[in-house]
Amino acid sequence: MKRDLKIIGKPTRKLDAEARVSGEAVYGHDIVLPNMLHGAILRTKHPTAEILSIDTSKAKALPGVVCVLTADDVDVNNISYKGDHPILKKGEVNCIRDEIAAVAATSREIAAKALALIEVEYKVREGIFDPFAALKKEAPQLNRFASKEQGKNIADSFHYEHGDLQEQKEKSTCVVSQRYTLPRVTHCCMGTSAVTADYSRSTKRLTLYSLSQVPFLFQRDLAKALRMEPSNIRIIQPVIGGGFGSKLDMHPFEPICALLSMQTCRPVQIVFSREEEFIASPTRQPMVIDLTTGADADGKFTFREVKITKDNGAYTSWGATTPFVMMQTFSSLYQIPACRFDSYAVYTNNVFAGSFRGYGNPQATFALERNIDLMAMELGMDKMQIRLLNANFAGEETGQKLHFRSCGHKDALQIVSDKANYKNRQKSNGTGRFRRGIGLASMLHVGGGAKIYPSDGCGTIAKFDDYGYLTIISGASEIGQGSETVLAMIAAEELGVSIEKVRIINSDTDIKPWDVGVHASRTSFIAGNSLLGALSILKIQLSAKAVALLGTDLDDLIFEDDQIRSGRTGKAVKIGKVVRDIHFKQPHELCTASYYYEPDSEYQDGAFKGNVSSAYAFAAQAIEVEVDTYTGNVRVVDVHVAQDVGKILNPLGLAGQIEGGVVMGLGYALTEELIASEGHVRNPNFHNYKLPTASDIPEIHFHPIETSDQEGPYGAKGVSEAPLIPTAAAVANAVSDALGVEIFSLPVTPEKILQALKEKSV
Amino acid sequence: MKKTIKFSINGTKVQQEVLPAYLLIDVIRDGLGLRGTKPGCLEGECGACTVLIDGLAVNSCLYLAVNADGKEVTTIEGLISGPDFSLDPVQQAMVDFGAVQCGFCTSGMVMSIKGFYDECVSAQIQPNREQIKKGLEGNLCRCTGYKKIIDAVESLFEEA
Repeated sequence: MKRDLKIIGKPTRKLDAEARVSGEAVYGHDIVLPNMLHGAILRTKHPTAEILSIDTSKAKALPGVVCVLTADDVDVNNISYKGDHPILKKGEVNCIRDEIAAVAATSREIAAKALALIEVEYKVREGIFDPFAALKKEAPQLNRFASKEQGKNIADSFHYEHGDLQEQKEKSTCVVSQRYTLPRVTHCCMGTSAVTADYSRSTKRLTLYSLSQVPFLFQRDLAKALRMEPSNIRIIQPVIGGGFGSKLDMHPFEPICALLSMQTCRPVQIVFSREEEFIASPTRQPMVIDLTTGADADGKFTFREVKITKDNGAYTSWGATTPFVMMQTFSSLYQIPACRFDSYAVYTNNVFAGSFRGYGNPQATFALERNIDLMAMELGMDKMQIRLLNANFAGEETGQKLHFRSCGHKDALQIVSDKANYKNRQKSNGTGRFRRGIGLASMLHVGGGAKIYPSDGCGTIAKFDDYGYLTIISGASEIGQGSETVLAMIAAEELGVSIEKVRIINSDTDIKPWDVGVHASRTSFIAGNSLLGALSILKIQLSAKAVALLGTDLDDLIFEDDQIRSGRTGKAVKIGKVVRDIHFKQPHELCTASYYYEPDSEYQDGAFKGNVSSAYAFAAQAIEVEVDTYTGNVRVVDVHVAQDVGKILNPLGLAGQIEGGVVMGLGYALTEELIASEGHVRNPNFHNYKLPTASDIPEIHFHPIETSDQEGPYGAKGVSEAPLIPTAAAVANAVSDALGVEIFSLPVTPEKILQALKEKSV
Repeated sequence: MKKTIKFSINGTKVQQEVLPAYLLIDVIRDGLGLRGTKPGCLEGECGACTVLIDGLAVNSCLYLAVNADGKEVTTIEGLISGPDFSLDPVQQAMVDFGAVQCGFCTSGMVMSIKGFYDECVSAQIQPNREQIKKGLEGNLCRCTGYKKIIDAVESLFEEA
């Protein structure tokens, strides 16, 4: 039944936009607590060294210094899901981020001075900065806490396969093998990392003002690190100045800040400088992908064989589990009869990688979509036709057991092809200095959560006050993506309350019900469904009273304009009045509902098979570039994005996610790289780490596709990682179209282009 | 050796004791408690700390506080005006066009736009889209991809 929606689908201003545009919003940097100290962390000078001694006496003697901590002063557990990461390093350092000591002082200046007074004696060791060198037999073990189960320097590995690889290889008339190299890039949240810890001497409880995207997992991880009861830790999220996956892991500075507070019984705040942010916050996984793909004479895909070598860095983070997502792309993007996937996260002495919007998928999609172009060229096929021929379809169950109940893959490809006039714009400018080309790429990503944890659910408590105002206490956090606004829109749609009368509370683990966190593009889908569950309970409660008050029956009730109205008589009663009658008259109840939504997805088996998400998002992009063959500069002219979003909830917020994602993808494609050499980060500033600016952005044309997924709220799917996933692949494919040269690594820099042109002309 | 400086902040005269090395952003945030001005990089690259000094957009992290002596400083808080505490048209356009996501860059972005807009108006320039993009070049945003911010700025000139 198609419902006539009044709020959903209409452009709606972000609920918190006024607070953010007026300077009123309180970010982690803005918190000031009484008696607060300022914390700072001493990091190693050398990426790899033995620590012979640490002398903190001069720092301790500095007036204003309240506490100095080293590993010897604390009794804590290692962090990370592999337990391989000490919070404060003892005896040795293994990467340039390593935390050796921490201070708390009465001002930021004194804290900085104190760090300079700590004397550390190092004995520099040789490090290993290349994962392939770390895999060699003679390499030393780089992380002494590593389990070694899978190899001396392998932090984690994943193997997946389906189909008969040999049989499919025999069927293949075209086989393309290629190595792809993906760089280290970082989130560059405009707000740097910040935390304020406040330990109470009297209650023995620790309150952390944390920017975590996953506050309940964070609470558990912090408790484990500090050997506390999780329930004695309260996580409060201030306004978060950007997440993009960087705040999925707990990082050492957070337990360090907690320890400083616990040692001093005073609030302590740590705020990163931008340089510290570049050096000590996570990166996207750098990796090498060796990919072999096949197709038969008609262009039908036959098999994929992939081996991925990831630079894990010195310690393990959730980033090591990105193969969960990468294997989905290799096993299931386009129809594929056989796939074999192996990945290894290899310890090195580089800065360690974390999770980043797309979670491995931009890397996987880059390799895969580049290889498809190479196969099309070898087969002499049109690059769009080969994609359409192999595209995914609704009802498909893939080799990995992903079930595409709705699927806009083919539509997405067709739409970008039509809108970008793909056919006529290929090699549109063949010989001059400036040459244009157009590239295609598509992507598959989870769109209905991802069951990678025993529960992928979200809790909601919804309550009316006596005046008809609705408070939604949601487990789901807002990190700028606009999910709070979507929740308020859903409440307005379902109960007819005006958006101005809806409040969202979602930033305090003592209050809000559990949610797994902001990741996997899941929030609007999962928290939206959870809210719908709670609202349906309230609606039943309100309806029962309204039927009595209006003298009509259930089917006749209309919820609109903060009223409940009889469709037949037009008689109406304000929601506030109904709530008061339920509260102060019979049945003397409060209008409060609690609901927990668990998506119908499956926890995958040991072979990584199972329907891990309740819905899947598909998208395609067609990107036109103009390359200056004298300088190697690439100008992106035009971006067409077609994306299966299930159903548009808030067009304003949706477009913002798409545009922001595409531009982040363009940075990945063309300019961004955190340059590390010998374990040092060489460009820890915005001057040398090039983010796209307003002048760099092309026209972005967004063509949403509504496939109305059966499980999503109003048919919606997750959207927000997808727009950056195919971008780099489409850019590199466009450069290939423009110049006839192939670039197999990111970013696509002028140097690489000029080099490739030179090699071509020889 | 602290020096006394007197300047106007959002229309109110204030006096501050500052060391020669103090940056204007520190006086604004710590000295005056106006925390709407954001520290994004403290090296003049991101623009999050932009304020107006005598009407011109300046990175307050690169501006020594002593140099503010005798000047008029406007921060994001100072754009709110009137008995209803109304948003400035620049702020309103950012809200209306969906140009705010995480919002950390927004204060500085708004102040840069305000400076750019006022300059264009007083010079009677109607900037095109490319000129608007140039005007925003000093402010980084990681969330929006800039498009909606540019749209918001364009709308200011359409209305004018």
